[in-house]
Amino acid sequence: MTDAVQDSNRHTISVLVDNESGVLARVIGLFSGRGYNIESLTVAEVDAHENLSRITIVTSGTRMIIEQIKNQLRRLVPVHKVHDLTIEGPHVSRELALIKVASTGEKRVEALRIADIFRARAIDSTNESFVFEVVGATEKVEAFITLMQPLGLVDVSRTGVVAIARGSKPL
Amino acid sequence: MVHHDTMTGAEILLKALVDQGVDVIFGYPGGAVLPIYDELSKQNRIRHILVRHEQAAVHAAEGYARSTGKVGCVLVTSGPGATNAVTGLADAQCDSVPLVCLTGQVPTHLIGNDAFQEADITGITRPCTKHNYLVKDTNQLARTVHEAFHVARSGRPGPVLIDLPKDVVQNRGLYQPPSKTKSKYNPQVKGDIHAIEKAVDLIASAKRPVFYVGGGVINSGIAACQLLTQFVRMTGFPCTLTLMGLGAFPGSDPLFLGMLGMHGTVEANMAMHDCDVMINIGARFDDRVTGRLNAFSPNSKKIHIDIDPSSINKNVAVDLSIVGDCAHVIEDMIKVWKARQPKIDERALRAWWAKIEEWRGADSLRYPASDTIIKPQYAIQRLYDLTRSRNPYICTEVGQHQMWAAQHLRLDSPLHWLTSGGLGTMGYGLPAAMGVQTAHPDALVIDIAGESSIQMNIQEMATLVQHNLPVKIVILNNQYMGMVRQWQELIHGARYSESHMDHHPDFVKLAEAFGAVGLRAERPDQVDGVITEMLAVNRPVIVEMRTDASENVFPMIMPGMAHNEMVLGQEDRSRDNPGSEQDGMVLV
Ligand SMILES: Cc1cc2nc3c(=O)[nH]c(=O)nc-3n(C[C@H](O)[C@H](O)[C@H](O)COP(=O)(O)OP(=O)(O)OC[C@H]3O[C@@H](n4cnc5c(N)ncnc54)[C@H](O)[C@@H]3O)c2cc1C
Ligand SMILES: Cc1ncc(C[n+]2csc(CCOP(=O)(O)OP(=O)(O)O)c2C)c(N)n1
Ligand SMILES: [Mg+2]
Repeated sequence: MTDAVQDSNRHTISVLVDNESGVLARVIGLFSGRGYNIESLTVAEVDAHENLSRITIVTSGTRMIIEQIKNQLRRLVPVHKVHDLTIEGPHVSRELALIKVASTGEKRVEALRIADIFRARAIDSTNESFVFEVVGATEKVEAFITLMQPLGLVDVSRTGVVAIARGSKPL
Repeated sequence: MVHHDTMTGAEILLKALVDQGVDVIFGYPGGAVLPIYDELSKQNRIRHILVRHEQAAVHAAEGYARSTGKVGCVLVTSGPGATNAVTGLADAQCDSVPLVCLTGQVPTHLIGNDAFQEADITGITRPCTKHNYLVKDTNQLARTVHEAFHVARSGRPGPVLIDLPKDVVQNRGLYQPPSKTKSKYNPQVKGDIHAIEKAVDLIASAKRPVFYVGGGVINSGIAACQLLTQFVRMTGFPCTLTLMGLGAFPGSDPLFLGMLGMHGTVEANMAMHDCDVMINIGARFDDRVTGRLNAFSPNSKKIHIDIDPSSINKNVAVDLSIVGDCAHVIEDMIKVWKARQPKIDERALRAWWAKIEEWRGADSLRYPASDTIIKPQYAIQRLYDLTRSRNPYICTEVGQHQMWAAQHLRLDSPLHWLTSGGLGTMGYGLPAAMGVQTAHPDALVIDIAGESSIQMNIQEMATLVQHNLPVKIVILNNQYMGMVRQWQELIHGARYSESHMDHHPDFVKLAEAFGAVGLRAERPDQVDGVITEMLAVNRPVIVEMRTDASENVFPMIMPGMAHNEMVLGQEDRSRDNPGSEQDGMVLV
């Protein structure tokens, strides 16, 4: 397994699955059972008529491991499509985070100022706190959280990454 | 109100099984499945073999499936019935055996309630089945059963579990025939023709080729085995088989190098190490086969044919891969080969065969003969010589006896060799033999066993007697968990921690207690006699052979070592210095 550490790369994988009970457990069980790594995983129904859900997984590994992950996912009976957005061409990915900052005075003003730079919206506010909503690439969300740290950050909730290929073609 | 075209869930279930070609179910009743058992008693299309432990029901279904190429079927109750089946399911998953296992479940309204005999069996078996279902609506039952059989047998075969809440089999619903059931699960069977053409070119250009063939060809069926044999003979190239592939190519053919891997022959392993083109058909580069990965066949171009893309580039990166069913792909390869009539390098091949003959000359399966004590290899050779004319089905348990059987039986027919390779389940052989005998009532079915393994499912002797299944069990009693003892001797400083059983039953009396026949041989000159006697009886027989307790299985590739670093025998211990366990193998 020594080469697993070498040239490990992050990949965003989109998986189209039947929206049935147990399907998420199958996917997660596959990752934990085989020791693959999950950096983020999101799931929601995307086609009520065809009863399909879309899972977006951000994972990392060597080329051989990433290939294994995709092939193992394809073995699952309720899995219909597996696409590696990272290697298949340009794609956009976003996540949303809700970030609670509790502070007063200078710090509170500074938090608002930085939120403005990040186009984060305050969606809840009291005299001593804000809840900001920030949307963007993972790096942006992380940068925002880091900046909030000294300004009274008390709570974070993140969706994890959703992603889609650029251009006109469907998955 | 009873709709007249509706049926109870139990009726629907049995009709669906019949429509799927099920003629035998291996099972064990209990509260949650009583409505199904009630229905079973009212029909005679499906035979039920009542086992003595649910694990055995699954292994029996494996034996049935692997010896017929059909899907095996199991029926057990909820809770403990289902959990007892788990080992069998895991075994079938590892060895790609197609099964459908029906488990009872508490009624839907009690699920999640810690109800009596409730177990989350779909949760428990998710990682050890190919797929599983929990049926919540009687109207979905027929569709689910049809899809389960389709999934079990398609692509890389495997076990599928259907969990059946009691109310679902009691309620009424509509039947749906297989013809009306569509599944989205349709793995690719045809290989990419361009890749096949490239493979043929590569094969034809080889100077030191070897066919490395595995259980996938057996899974693909008898036709695949015939095509494989035809193709290998067309090329005149050497062929080695994995433990799971034995029988896919005739053991008596001069092109056959014997089994490869940890306990493979010198010629097979050296050919793998030194080859320039390796043609892997339906084998999965298992760690027991490859040895240390970074020293595995360092100078070869590797072709891999497998129906499961996840088997490709998993352990070993290959140069050319073909995803598809063996039978289809080999058939296309033969066509392309015939069309191209490639000019193969006869001179290089002659030199390669000369090298192989040199390795063969080492006679790596030889063992010191004895006329005072029964050598286990001798017992197996005699068994083979005295039974081969009857083309027996051979099952094994797990341990040294399994390896000696793999080495010394040169089976010519596919589907006649049944062993637990991937999971290495002690206790597999007897129930598997039971399943084989059920499918082939007139055949000679033998379980080659160790005295420890056999005790893991010995209760099935009663099943054999009840159902008139005249399985022959040959126990090589070496007084030890021999395979464990061997590793302790070679790797753990001969400290025999808990590998010796101070007490064993009297196997002859034990056989008799079950209503079977018991025989014993203690000296080499008694071996032929007991085998002949065993063959003369049309009832289940246990033959106990008292064998040499100190014998080890050689050759052996020690953990972490490479194909060209085999230990050849007791006297050749220069290399028994195990490498790192990390990327090597661990004890089964
Ligand atoms: C004590 C002990 C010692 C052992 N020692 C050895 C040893 O020395 N040598 C050895 O070889 N094994 C040994 N084994 C067995 C070993 O653990 C593996 O089970 C075995 O090597 C795997 O065999 P295989 O590669 O043929 O794969 P299988 O497990 O039979 O897998 C079959 C492969 O074929 C593919 N396949 C399935 N159906 C098809 C199809 N229709 N078309 C195409 N492909 C298909 C599957 O996807 C899979 O990749 C030992 C086991 C035990 C318990
Ligand atoms: C269920 C199970 N438990 C433990 C093991 C580990 N194991 C592998 S071989 C073996 C010993 C088998 O002894 P025996 O059946 O007497 O066969 P022998 O090796 O002596 O021929 C053991 C304990 C196993 N493979 N399966
Ligand atoms: Mg033993």
